[in-house]
Amino acid sequence: MKKSYKIEVDCANCANLMEEAAKKTPGVKDCTVSFMTLKMKVEFDEGTDPAQVMQDVRANCKKAEADCEVYL
Amino acid sequence: MSDVFNKKQRDLLVRIVIAAAFFIPLWLISEGIVETGLPKWALFMLFLIPYLTVGYDILKKAFHGIRNRRVFDECFLMTIATIGAIALGEWGEGVAVMLLYQVGELFQSVAVGKSRRNISELMDIRPDYANIPSDDGTLTRVDPDDVEPDTEIVVKPGERVPIDGVVVEGTSSVNTGALTGESAPVDIGPGDRVLSGSINISGLIKLRTTASFDESTASRILELVENAASNKSQSENFIVRFARVYTPFVCYAALALAVLPPLFIWITGVGLAGYGGIGALWRSWLMRACAFLVISCPCAIVISVPLSFFAGIGGASSQGILIKGSNYLEALAQVRTVAFDKTGTITKGSFEVTAVHHNPIEAERLLELAAHAECHSSHPIALSLAKAYGKKPDPSRVHGLEELSGHGVIAQIDGMEVAVGNERLMTRLGVPFIPCHHTGTVIHMAVDGAYAGHIVIDDALKEQSRDAMQALKRAGVEKVVMLTGDREAAAARVARDVGLTEYHAELLPQDKVACVEKLLSESGNGKKLAFVGDGINDAPVLARADIGIAMGALGSDAAIEAADIVLMDDDPMKIAKAIRISRKCLSIVRQNIVFALGVKAICLILSAAGLANMWLAIGADVGVMILAVLNAMRCLGVRKL
Repeated sequence: MKKSYKIEVDCANCANLMEEAAKKTPGVKDCTVSFMTLKMKVEFDEGTDPAQVMQDVRANCKKAEADCEVYL
Repeated sequence: MSDVFNKKQRDLLVRIVIAAAFFIPLWLISEGIVETGLPKWALFMLFLIPYLTVGYDILKKAFHGIRNRRVFDECFLMTIATIGAIALGEWGEGVAVMLLYQVGELFQSVAVGKSRRNISELMDIRPDYANIPSDDGTLTRVDPDDVEPDTEIVVKPGERVPIDGVVVEGTSSVNTGALTGESAPVDIGPGDRVLSGSINISGLIKLRTTASFDESTASRILELVENAASNKSQSENFIVRFARVYTPFVCYAALALAVLPPLFIWITGVGLAGYGGIGALWRSWLMRACAFLVISCPCAIVISVPLSFFAGIGGASSQGILIKGSNYLEALAQVRTVAFDKTGTITKGSFEVTAVHHNPIEAERLLELAAHAECHSSHPIALSLAKAYGKKPDPSRVHGLEELSGHGVIAQIDGMEVAVGNERLMTRLGVPFIPCHHTGTVIHMAVDGAYAGHIVIDDALKEQSRDAMQALKRAGVEKVVMLTGDREAAAARVARDVGLTEYHAELLPQDKVACVEKLLSESGNGKKLAFVGDGINDAPVLARADIGIAMGALGSDAAIEAADIVLMDDDPMKIAKAIRISRKCLSIVRQNIVFALGVKAICLILSAAGLANMWLAIGADVGVMILAVLNAMRCLGVRKL
């Protein structure tokens, strides 16, 4: 399953850091973050609950880049 | 001002102005330009005011980074570099670096925000509301999301059509420029299909919606372009990988620079005299290391590449060329072979009268009789005859219509017996006919038993096809091939007319795939193959080619799904244009990468050699970013390409 989320982040490299952090989150199969459109596209593993996984994704992103936000 | 800066940016701007107001007099005092007799400790405390005002969030983030064991963070590096400079007594430089760093951050944020807006303005086809008429004739504005399919909506002149629909009432003309890049107005009337995103120009029209808002053309296009950013190009991936090693590399290099050379000089004593003491030696190398750290931020490079691609995709979409990802924009620049489908791509895909060979009667008269004889038929051939005639046939002039299946028709028109049909009909009537050397469907005609000439109906070439082939050659395409399921003779004629040397005819869909695979294996390394089709039964070939281009795909879901690049109208000139856009975009990306890396490398060498101070380092960092962003925005300018 794929879902798209709006994000808020200030610099291009920070967006890449968020992408890396999100990719490493369990339950996330793949993820791309676009700094230009401020969107995060997440592909979830089979049988996971996107709402649950996104909580972890958000926490991991915040750890990687303090000044960011993922709107769930 | 409020539309240039958002709240976050305004706050930063205020902090920068306050810090600069404090910093400038303090800097003059510390440099000895202004004499005040202020004690050193007081000056130091005063310097902390602008430093903390402008940099407190950086310090906070740096602390946060350390706590999360992520030290190669630019905030952390800025903190180390500025605190290092301050600790070494270079208060002015430390504060200035922090100040300029924030100016750069502000500029970047404003510039990126502005380009985001510019690009989205180009793609501004999202309708805001729909008008629903009520029984008493008044209109209610509703969110287009709430409008169900098969609802009647009203579009006033000057408004954007919110949802795809069919006109039920009223006539007008619409501008589909936002969708196709072609701004010539199209006339519409009852029964015509209108696509969302086009602008109603002249009259009030009532539409019956045929799709929901999400399924409508405008929403689909926007989604497609926004998603394009997720398909990252090789250049983008390269930059991400580069940034990942660049920052740690510069940090370790800074550490080495701070420790190894002074240690070496200290131990060996070589050149120590030049520094005038051990303290000055360490201080000099530590300052170089601090300057090094300032240059470690990879943001200028990281921002410019995706920004260029995004601007290129935005610019292309304003010309009616939808590119589904940066990777395709990148691959398009390497296209050396273009394979075309024939019908609907090089030709119009609809039948038209291409020749009238008349004798003894006039051409107009021949067409008039033919159109009338076929006026009760809805066959494509009958329609093209009516179209060539130009006027509406009058059925009351036609009597005793007799259809001979597989032959043609015989009818009494204005008291004459008119026979319209193929060679078999003429043979059956015993009328000697003149065979035609043209390809296409030949319709012979006899009036009162005497041969009157023939009309040739064929799938006509698009006006731009010939020029389009030339434009492709000029754009650097080495080989253009036509693949068609049509007969050899028809294919040969089309190929000759547009100036193609290579074509393959009588291909079944699976043969086309095989043909494309053969072409793929023939094309060399780094040379890409694009297949252009009308998307109707080309899906497997579109998918197999390096780049699948669907044209005239407005409103065709299957084509949009299967293709990598979608041309909104059916102008084959757009293919060469798309290639030129990608070339321009790629060259800007390359310029930016070379320029940004070059300047950073030079600064690193200069500061290692002690020839660059922190002023130069931060100036180069911010300057490169500004120039890279401005250069990237040139990708938007594609109109004249």
